[in-house]
Amino acid sequence: MGRTLFEKIWDAHVVRTIDGGPSVLYIDRHFIHEVTSPQAFDGLRRRGLPVRRPAQVVATADHNVPTEGQHLPIREELSRRQVEMLVTNCKAFGVELYGLGHPYQGIVHVIGPELGVTRPGMTIVCGDSHTSTHGAFGSIAFGIGTSEVEMVLATQCLLQSRPRLMRISVEGRLSKGVLAKDVILHIIARLGAGGATGYFVEYAGSVIRSLSMEGRMTVCNMSIEMGARGGLIAPDETTFAYMKGRPFAPAGQAWEDALSYWRTLPSDADAAFDRELHIDASDIEPMVTYGTNPGMGAGVSQHIPALAELPEAERTNFSKAIQYMGLRDGQALKGQPVDYVFIGSCTNSRIEDLRLVAEFVKGKRKADGVEVWVVPGSKQVEKAAREEGIDKVFEEAGFSLRQPGCSACLGMNEDKIPAGKYCISTSNRNFEGRQGPNARTLLASPLTAAVAAVTGRIGDIRELI
Amino acid sequence: MKKIRSTAVAIPAENIDTDQIIPARFLKATSREGFGKNLFRDWRYEDDDESRPRAGFPLNNPAAKGSILVAGKNFGCGSSREHAAWAIKDYGFQVVVSSFFADIFRNNALNNFLLPVQVSDAFLERILDALDADPAAELEVDLEAQTITLPSDGSAEGFDINPYKKTCLLNGYDDIDYLVSILPEITDYEASRPTTLA
Ligand code: SF4
Repeated sequence: MGRTLFEKIWDAHVVRTIDGGPSVLYIDRHFIHEVTSPQAFDGLRRRGLPVRRPAQVVATADHNVPTEGQHLPIREELSRRQVEMLVTNCKAFGVELYGLGHPYQGIVHVIGPELGVTRPGMTIVCGDSHTSTHGAFGSIAFGIGTSEVEMVLATQCLLQSRPRLMRISVEGRLSKGVLAKDVILHIIARLGAGGATGYFVEYAGSVIRSLSMEGRMTVCNMSIEMGARGGLIAPDETTFAYMKGRPFAPAGQAWEDALSYWRTLPSDADAAFDRELHIDASDIEPMVTYGTNPGMGAGVSQHIPALAELPEAERTNFSKAIQYMGLRDGQALKGQPVDYVFIGSCTNSRIEDLRLVAEFVKGKRKADGVEVWVVPGSKQVEKAAREEGIDKVFEEAGFSLRQPGCSACLGMNEDKIPAGKYCISTSNRNFEGRQGPNARTLLASPLTAAVAAVTGRIGDIRELI
Repeated sequence: MKKIRSTAVAIPAENIDTDQIIPARFLKATSREGFGKNLFRDWRYEDDDESRPRAGFPLNNPAAKGSILVAGKNFGCGSSREHAAWAIKDYGFQVVVSSFFADIFRNNALNNFLLPVQVSDAFLERILDALDADPAAELEVDLEAQTITLPSDGSAEGFDINPYKKTCLLNGYDDIDYLVSILPEITDYEASRPTTLA
């Protein structure tokens, strides 16, 4: 019987398996950032251990950084101290840091791929649940907690039980204006916020294969929002074309060798999955979430479910969510006014996202009373945007193009959405308070966010292009 | 940790994500201590104001206390922040009971000697009903026997735990100790790897 992409990578990384217990899994790449690493470095100090393979660790500062005036000292003391601690720890333990001001700095899940540090066939971890993003390259990539960060720093290994495998195939053609973000929001709405817990998901099918690497990263990024440990996509010519020539991608003979290895990775035709799900692309509309978990979403032409339509058991949680959001059950999504538009986060802050938005807003102005923040995922994305004149388009539209970081994705740094305000956001979580205490998040694609930016409301991009 | 008998606090909501357990703005600390006071911060206080506890939120109910937290399905989803497990532990809980745990949270909890006990939906319902009827009702969790019991009516259910993790919890040792003990084997593995993975 054939093996899946996941199994091929997993098998190549098992150091040993404990009887009746987990496996010791070797980790190729470890990304760290300021928020989930300080306690891990402390642990190393307490145990008197070094970082075992510093060359396999890459650090950046993203969660807790301001997105304006990055050349100035960080105003907020605790944030400043946390970012400084990362600098101190990386220096002391010999870890490469792309910190504030470095041309490679950015959101950890944006910089790994764009630098060519992320590669097919690898095991990749980071103390951040959206590490699944890197799975777009055909790697096993997943988020870990701080104790596990310490384990990987100390031993380059983790104890892991093999997850079950699910394949989600999306076949057909996407309608114009429907993006990778809509595909994944549609899948999560189908499966629910815990629907893939315990699974690793392989995304397949003609729609997935037709996506750019940026689109594939958007899809894999949100795997965790249905509870999956991670998501991955078989590497193909699109993957290789994206990787070639990246700063840390292999070159010369090493590239050729890597390429022949990568070509062996896709799941064999007779490989078996524990669960299969088929999705028809023609069922996918531009999506918007209306609730407080990413599974509470619907097509933009739809209504929020009416209470009476829902099974009895779901009503309490649904009502609580709708009440938090200040929305009514049965209400149409289209036409709902918004106050803020956030285009950014590791889900949708890559150059392709910015290009799409710029193309749509060129020559238009933001709606009155709407605040629009565009936050590039990395210094490299920011640089490309300026070189391509995208910054000018945004300026003329009245958008503010900020500096790279997680920004309003998580309500930790200075960029927060005020209480009670609606923010249409290209990020990945609409949890209560995620973007700031009592902020109301509506998740959507960059194009749907752009529509809201120029009209001040939720609208259907398909009617405008 | 072998056996715990205690009263419990019930927060029946489903899909409790780690942003609720500990909001991101409290993740600026660089040590593992002190997160308990901000556990469920935004559900606990009106407008982030400690002098205005939200009436009706279980942590603000003096009758609801104990070292066991009982929560609705899909507990701990969302962010991988281990601060969530630290906050629950620091507040004084030793066990979390739910009918479903998010994977990363489960690992984080186990790595901090916080025991996640997964029960059936029906048994969770039963526990929640019992606590609703009598906030002073006790629960008994026996790690050795892998059972959870509601002593008031004698009903019980078994729960799963990975045998390796069980040994760790019973003996108080952790994964890092184990991994460090096999470092020579890890070095051998590294030497045997194809260069295409380096
Ligand atoms: S952008 Fe948001 S989801 Fe992504 S790493 Fe930063 S905080 Fe996490």
